[in-house]
Amino acid sequence: MSAFWLTLTVLVLSALGVVIGRARAVSVAGGDVRKLHSLPKYYGIFVGFTVLIPSLLLLILWLVTPPLEQVSTQPRMFVVLGIAVLLMVLSLIRITPDLRARNAVERVVLGLLITAASLAILTTIGIVLSMLFETRNFFGLHSWKDFFFGLKWAPNFRGDSELSILPLLWGTIYISLVALLVSVPIGLFAAIYLSEYAGPKTRGVSKPLLEILAGIPTIVYGLFALLTVGPLLLRTFGSGGLLGVDWMTGATAVLTAGLVMGIMLIPFVSSLSDDIINAVPQAMRDGSLGLGATKSETIRQVVIPAALPGIVGAILLAASRAIGETMIVVLGAGALAKFSLDPLEAMTTITTRIVSQLTGDGDFASPETLVAFALGLTLFVLTLGLNVIALYIVRTYREQYE
Amino acid sequence: MSNPLKTSLLTLDARTKKRNAAETRFRAYGIAAIGAGLAMLILLLVTIFGKGLGAFQQTFVTLNVPLLEEKLDKNGTRDLEKIKKVSTFGYAPLLKKAMEETLTEYGIETNLKSKKQAALLSKSAAAQLRNYVLANTDMIGETVEFTFLANARVDGYLKDRVTRESIANDKSINAAQLDMVDALLAAEVIEKRFNLSFITGADASDQRPEAAGMGVSMLGSFFMMLVVLALALPIGVAASIYLEEFAPKNWITDIIEVNISNLAAVPSIVFGILGLAVFINSVHLPQSAPLVGGLVLTLMTLPTIIISTRASLKSVPPSIRDAALGVGASKMQSVFHHVLPLAAPGIFTGTIIGLAQALGETAPLLLIGMIGFIASNAPDSVASGFLDPNSAMPAQIYEWAKRADPAFYERAWGGIIILLVFLITMNTIAVILRRRFERRW
Amino acid sequence: MKDTSMDTIKISAKDVQVYYADNHAIKDVNVDIADKTVTAFIGPSGCGKSTFLRCLNRMNDTIDICHVEGDILIDGEDIYDRRVDPVQLRAKVGMVFQKPNPFPKSIYDNVAYGPRIHGLARAKSDLDEIVEKSLRSAAIWDEVKDRLDAPGTGLSGGQQQRLCIARAVATAPEVLLMDEPCSALDPIATAQVEELIDELRQNFAVVIVTHSMQQAARVSQKTAFFHLGNLVEYGDTNQIFTKPSDPRTESYITGRIG
Repeated sequence: MSAFWLTLTVLVLSALGVVIGRARAVSVAGGDVRKLHSLPKYYGIFVGFTVLIPSLLLLILWLVTPPLEQVSTQPRMFVVLGIAVLLMVLSLIRITPDLRARNAVERVVLGLLITAASLAILTTIGIVLSMLFETRNFFGLHSWKDFFFGLKWAPNFRGDSELSILPLLWGTIYISLVALLVSVPIGLFAAIYLSEYAGPKTRGVSKPLLEILAGIPTIVYGLFALLTVGPLLLRTFGSGGLLGVDWMTGATAVLTAGLVMGIMLIPFVSSLSDDIINAVPQAMRDGSLGLGATKSETIRQVVIPAALPGIVGAILLAASRAIGETMIVVLGAGALAKFSLDPLEAMTTITTRIVSQLTGDGDFASPETLVAFALGLTLFVLTLGLNVIALYIVRTYREQYE
Repeated sequence: MSNPLKTSLLTLDARTKKRNAAETRFRAYGIAAIGAGLAMLILLLVTIFGKGLGAFQQTFVTLNVPLLEEKLDKNGTRDLEKIKKVSTFGYAPLLKKAMEETLTEYGIETNLKSKKQAALLSKSAAAQLRNYVLANTDMIGETVEFTFLANARVDGYLKDRVTRESIANDKSINAAQLDMVDALLAAEVIEKRFNLSFITGADASDQRPEAAGMGVSMLGSFFMMLVVLALALPIGVAASIYLEEFAPKNWITDIIEVNISNLAAVPSIVFGILGLAVFINSVHLPQSAPLVGGLVLTLMTLPTIIISTRASLKSVPPSIRDAALGVGASKMQSVFHHVLPLAAPGIFTGTIIGLAQALGETAPLLLIGMIGFIASNAPDSVASGFLDPNSAMPAQIYEWAKRADPAFYERAWGGIIILLVFLITMNTIAVILRRRFERRW
Repeated sequence: MKDTSMDTIKISAKDVQVYYADNHAIKDVNVDIADKTVTAFIGPSGCGKSTFLRCLNRMNDTIDICHVEGDILIDGEDIYDRRVDPVQLRAKVGMVFQKPNPFPKSIYDNVAYGPRIHGLARAKSDLDEIVEKSLRSAAIWDEVKDRLDAPGTGLSGGQQQRLCIARAVATAPEVLLMDEPCSALDPIATAQVEELIDELRQNFAVVIVTHSMQQAARVSQKTAFFHLGNLVEYGDTNQIFTKPSDPRTESYITGRIG
């Protein structure tokens, strides 16, 4: 019996337990359910849980324990089903009118709720451990000095690779900067206009329209960068282009990826800043307007300084988004790892290298593949740091005006 | 301290004029910013639909093919095993002959060799013919009308993607062939029409962009979404109920909360690395399987669902809980009987938005191997739907974007239209749910 | 109480109507407000006294649904004339609000804010002079002169409100509007601010909205009683509190309504 059918059988057994348990509770009470401590259905659920949870745990344990994996499925079926039936009989015997079935059931449910909540922690631990483990393997094969302080990224599947994160980090930061240069002014001014000037109608139309940009999958932006923005820039800055200059040789470039990523981040910056600007108390605006300041003077000299910490937090969150963004740079940024200031040159980022090192045909135990985990861990630490700082700033800011 | 210059309110002084000009400028920046954002949106949508709608139309060639007995079944025994021995190469002469006869029938003159003539057809034509013959052996010897896909270049010519100028360096098509296409077009042997198999069909090799479709990857996405729904919704709701209703205020709860808000901002590719390391390398789940994709996306979507579920639980006023507790319900009963049903619309809205986010996510799927192959086989059972290698919609789009043939680019844009239709539908349902059941306390 | 030119009319309102969307909030208000005088607006909450006050420097313009009819003249000029820029008007008619609302800036910058935007100071020394003079006239100079760079939000409630008064005074207004300036303050701070109001009268026409009749009696020379959007009675403070002519005023003052 396959694991799937075994699970199904256990499920059916526990459902059966619910029905029998309920009937037995009614019968031990002599048909008068008022004599029972809990409602009859709780006795049913009590039996169901007693059957289901241990049997399923046993099955999962069996599936993930390596030595038991080899054993044929026949004994597994007998052990699991045997335990399920045994538990059913035992729990049925335990049913008396005094059994606090509801309390028992609620304890189990609470346990399940706690388990679900701790999954978030488990995920984080999983992320950190899985990457730490492989990163350690990587540093066993490759010098950590070269990874952190080297200057070249030149993977070479015959060995002798130079795998330094610095050129990748430079590309990542450069592209993110371009993206922020596009999204912060546009997003911030849009937020200011929407929260301070626009009437309810304009706001009701333009805000959701702008937010559509945030709902578009990143693969769409990637394609837009590769097939539309890149060629457009090439036709402008490339040889024989509109400007008559020869500054660009390929469609993938820092500017291509940065521009498109900037578009993607506009609604992100604008809706965060919008919330933050709205949190500035109206009394502050009235004070300024009452002194004869114009609206823009009020915004520039009172509202924005008051909202500044929150806006900085929002920009940091946007920066963390930009650093971790993958599809746009995979398709739009190119693959050259180098230190350059030319925004029209192709450059590569941490995320693109993670994708290319892990999707190549390389040996999984080679440093060229394992470096992806070290890159991933660095990326995780980097974005986590930015997020923690940003969330802290935003939270303190909110509390200030609550 | 009174103003030395007594001025009238009815005349604007120079300074006020300047300040008002600054005000107008500032306002204009705001309008310009919103205009820029909206212009980007329009540009994006125009690009997508302008370039992608073509993928829903395809060029077809209708030919009468003589199923010659001497080529397909030399002995005339109609023995299926024997007929199967004839490979697709054996069918090529039939196609050449059919094409030649059609040209003669319509009096189209060309000095192209018959091989070049038949090259107007998709490379899938021979296989299509063979499948038909194997299914209908009794038709051998007859002449049957077939509708074949045209070659991607011919298709591109009809969609203005391929022009007489652009084929100068193209080995797979030449001007004489285009002349022939023009003539066949006039004779209505070639025509462009709606192509359902782009939506329902499987991916095709990079030699046959005209035959590639989204159908199989759509199934892949579907099975992934099933996994996400089955796991993320119950786990997310359970976690939210615990944190919102039962969790004591202590440092462990604080850590869980900070953790969740940070997980929501972890780059999606990191979840891909986690999936690769844990589900594939440690637990040995099959690579490229929608099950693994679903698990990874579940972990990614959980924080979103938890955050929105907690918000809707929070919006249920405490008086409801007090009322339930007041009539003797246990805390658990008050939550499950009263609070949860009231919060349900909000929870479903959040779940749909989370699912939409997961549906469009690509980066983690690259790492667990849902790209780099041709997703050509539709799953034949539920188990194979979860466990057999498959692609997903966004991964399929990425795959096409990487195949350096403009015919595939068109399909990538077309795939985006399909993906967006799904996302728009899901978000519309979420908005309707919210409007319909929104409750003000 | 020094008797200054109490008979010059500074503000004159004729048939003023205010609507919030369809709600008729102020009905047919006619009132003449004298220069160098403290005029108090009293009445039960929701009677329209604050709304009317905010019409006097067009602060209601910031509320989209608010609509004002009738004439309000300052020195004979209609402030709702199309040619009038509210920005210029508000420099002339300063305002102090219910809750102290210092900007998140230093004490110095708070006071210098108005002079800077209106361009009242040519040099840094001029500005220093204005700031000191304003802080002195708001009776807070001695408390803050050593920490002008400290943030204004760090002061106590009473100090913050006096800082806001100094900020309003610094733009050299001719009229000072005060919307319940003491309602968020403790009794000691209230006494300080009330004393200050009496001094400010020498230079400005002061209009104060208050929910406290005692305060109106203490600080004002003229009192206007508003009820349900109507100006019920207007006259010398003494007369209003001792022998009101309208029964509604009497009911309010004796505590039967309000």
